[in-house]
Amino acid sequence: MSIWSRFFSREKQAELDRGLQKTRDNLWSRLGKLLTGKSTIDDEWLDELEEALISADVGIDTTVEILNRLQQKAARERYRNSEELQQLLEQTILSLLPPVQQPAPAQPFQLPDNKRPYVILVVGVNGVGKTTTIGKLAYQYKQAGYQVLLGAADTFRAAAVEQLTIWSERAGVPLVKQGMGADPGAVAFDTVQSAMARNMDVAIIDTAGRLHNKKHLMDELGKIRRVINKKLPGAPHEVLLVLDGSTGQNALEQAKQFMAVTELTGLVVTKLDGTAKGGVVLAIAHQCQIPIRYIGLGERITDLQPFDPESFVHSLFAGAASA
Amino acid sequence: MFESLSERLESAFKQLKGQGRITEINVASTLKEIRRALVDADVHYKIAKEFTDRVKEKALGAKVLQAVSPGQLMVKLVQDELTALMGGQAASLSLEQKPSVILVVGLQGSGKTTFSGKLAYFIRQKLHKSPLLVAADIYRPAAIEQLKVIGQQIQVPVFSEEGLPAVEIARKAVTEAKNHGYQVVIIDTAGRLAIDEAMMQEVADIKAAVNPEEILFVADAMTGQDAVNTAKAFHDRLAFTGVVLTKMDGDTRGGAALSIKYTIQKPIKFVSAGEKPDTLDIFYPDRMAQRILGMGDIVSLVEKAQEQYDAEMAKRLEKKIRKNQFDLNDFKEQLAQIRKMGNLKDLLAMIPGMGKQLKNLDLNDDAFKGIEAIINSMTPEERANPDIIDGSRRRRIAQGSGRDIQEVNQFLKQFEQMRQMMKMMNKMGSINPLHIRKN
Repeated sequence: MSIWSRFFSREKQAELDRGLQKTRDNLWSRLGKLLTGKSTIDDEWLDELEEALISADVGIDTTVEILNRLQQKAARERYRNSEELQQLLEQTILSLLPPVQQPAPAQPFQLPDNKRPYVILVVGVNGVGKTTTIGKLAYQYKQAGYQVLLGAADTFRAAAVEQLTIWSERAGVPLVKQGMGADPGAVAFDTVQSAMARNMDVAIIDTAGRLHNKKHLMDELGKIRRVINKKLPGAPHEVLLVLDGSTGQNALEQAKQFMAVTELTGLVVTKLDGTAKGGVVLAIAHQCQIPIRYIGLGERITDLQPFDPESFVHSLFAGAASA
Repeated sequence: MFESLSERLESAFKQLKGQGRITEINVASTLKEIRRALVDADVHYKIAKEFTDRVKEKALGAKVLQAVSPGQLMVKLVQDELTALMGGQAASLSLEQKPSVILVVGLQGSGKTTFSGKLAYFIRQKLHKSPLLVAADIYRPAAIEQLKVIGQQIQVPVFSEEGLPAVEIARKAVTEAKNHGYQVVIIDTAGRLAIDEAMMQEVADIKAAVNPEEILFVADAMTGQDAVNTAKAFHDRLAFTGVVLTKMDGDTRGGAALSIKYTIQKPIKFVSAGEKPDTLDIFYPDRMAQRILGMGDIVSLVEKAQEQYDAEMAKRLEKKIRKNQFDLNDFKEQLAQIRKMGNLKDLLAMIPGMGKQLKNLDLNDDAFKGIEAIINSMTPEERANPDIIDGSRRRRIAQGSGRDIQEVNQFLKQFEQMRQMMKMMNKMGSINPLHIRKN
């Protein structure tokens, strides 16, 4: 059973607590042991922590930042034992993350009242799970009682439209599509227009995967965004960058480049049901000040959860002790 | 773009200056920088450590030649060691059986289906054998459809059957291949997590059923620290025969390649870079080593230039230069060409040694904007014949483009210098329009 599903399945609260306790014990007993008989955090202890962070893909710069902040904090605020030091560490890491949403919605999949249709554009490099994420988002918004419309603007990849069609059927929501090779901007325009005409609450638009260093494809994405904005001023209300949780430091460059053309509003981290920790999003959230919105935990339509910073921080250290 | 390793090392090597030998003390900070560069490139941190320990052993006591600085020597040591680790020779596919079965496995979204298509194309075009693609991903929505579309594009038959378990599909496909004389069977399997026991059992069952000659593990070149765990888990279960790195057309440094190679000791057989069927390449250890180290990739730069460069136009241009007719219209076209190749800073950074100069230079695509605005504010006549641009025209151009008159003057002066240079080059013989510089 993966760390993440352990953290996030609500029905297994007891198991979650136990699992969490166990992982904490693992790392903290080891970090704790290293602290015994010492009055300050020493290099050996910091090395240990550094390894845990690096192996979770947090990256060197952000790891160094965390270590520095922790050392300062520890020097200011006296801690008595390793539990208190753990709290300091968690606070330190959480302080790197930008606030999730202002104002925060009462329910995870609740739309602001004054924006209809609420347009969400989903972007990312190839194979990160954009289409799957859209299927899950559609399902969640539908469950929350909204009228959802999907737009199949990935007109490039073989069978991408068919894939989204299947997800739309699973979620029970309508879909706007054109043929393979159609202009993605036109599909996005159609989707928004149709959502307005049919009084939809939310329109979610899929785009083709594109590597962030391909200028013409990034330009195309900028155009899609402008087309949407022209049809409905203020839209897209959200631009979500989907990141594969197993991606390393390159994700940071992805975020920067997508940020430059589409004004990202949030991150979705997928495939966290495996052994990857996805620590690079910490670097992204910190350096680009983009909030993490959702995490993907599997292939079922229900496997999408709002991001919970504290669980995420716990998971970074889960299993690190045995590695 | 990342800082290049050589650039990083430069500061670490300052203290080595004037020393003839690399010693334990002076090498420590250098090794730390190397380790940092490797981890930054997504090499697993433990492997990065082991690697630098190996380099240290080789470096200690190494004599620094007078011609080479200790820094350069270290870089060379690192590069050689890395190249050796990545595998000295290119490994080819083993396709002896009749039919040969290739099983394609990996995580979700690593690019298995796209790769399977490219491999089929490669086998037909380069190896002159007849391939059969098999759609054994019965889980992901429209995965079978995707392979069918790819098969159609490259005109390779795709075997699929609704409602059967993946193992049965694979078994039937091999029989089909035997009956119809296909020489290579490529089985595209579903993406799966290494910790998903049921799914790992499935692929192990497929292996047992069809006895594949090659099992290729497809890995996203952008994978981070987890590459080691995943590759190991797949290898423990399937004993794969080779590795494929995908999405190499991104700007990732690809340290995962080293992590996987180091952990599993299986050759990297292909690198895949792009969405077109012919973008599959065999693996070059030295290129990969340079890429991981961020040492500038002149080969990629040339390839990129070739990809975007309009040969027809280049010829026309060359003729014009030869006749000394190069005007501002041509210059504008040149700028557009350069822009098409992408971000200027990234391009220049591919040139070895350029990284450092660029670091503090605020150079982006906007660098040409002013110049383009100036040219756009000229009449066609002025562009074709810059000599007629007098003071009053200059004032108008400055106003039209929103630049200072000084900038217009400076640009025209630079352009004139450039023309003089071309004239000189003409006299000397060979010219290449790619060499036109900004100043």
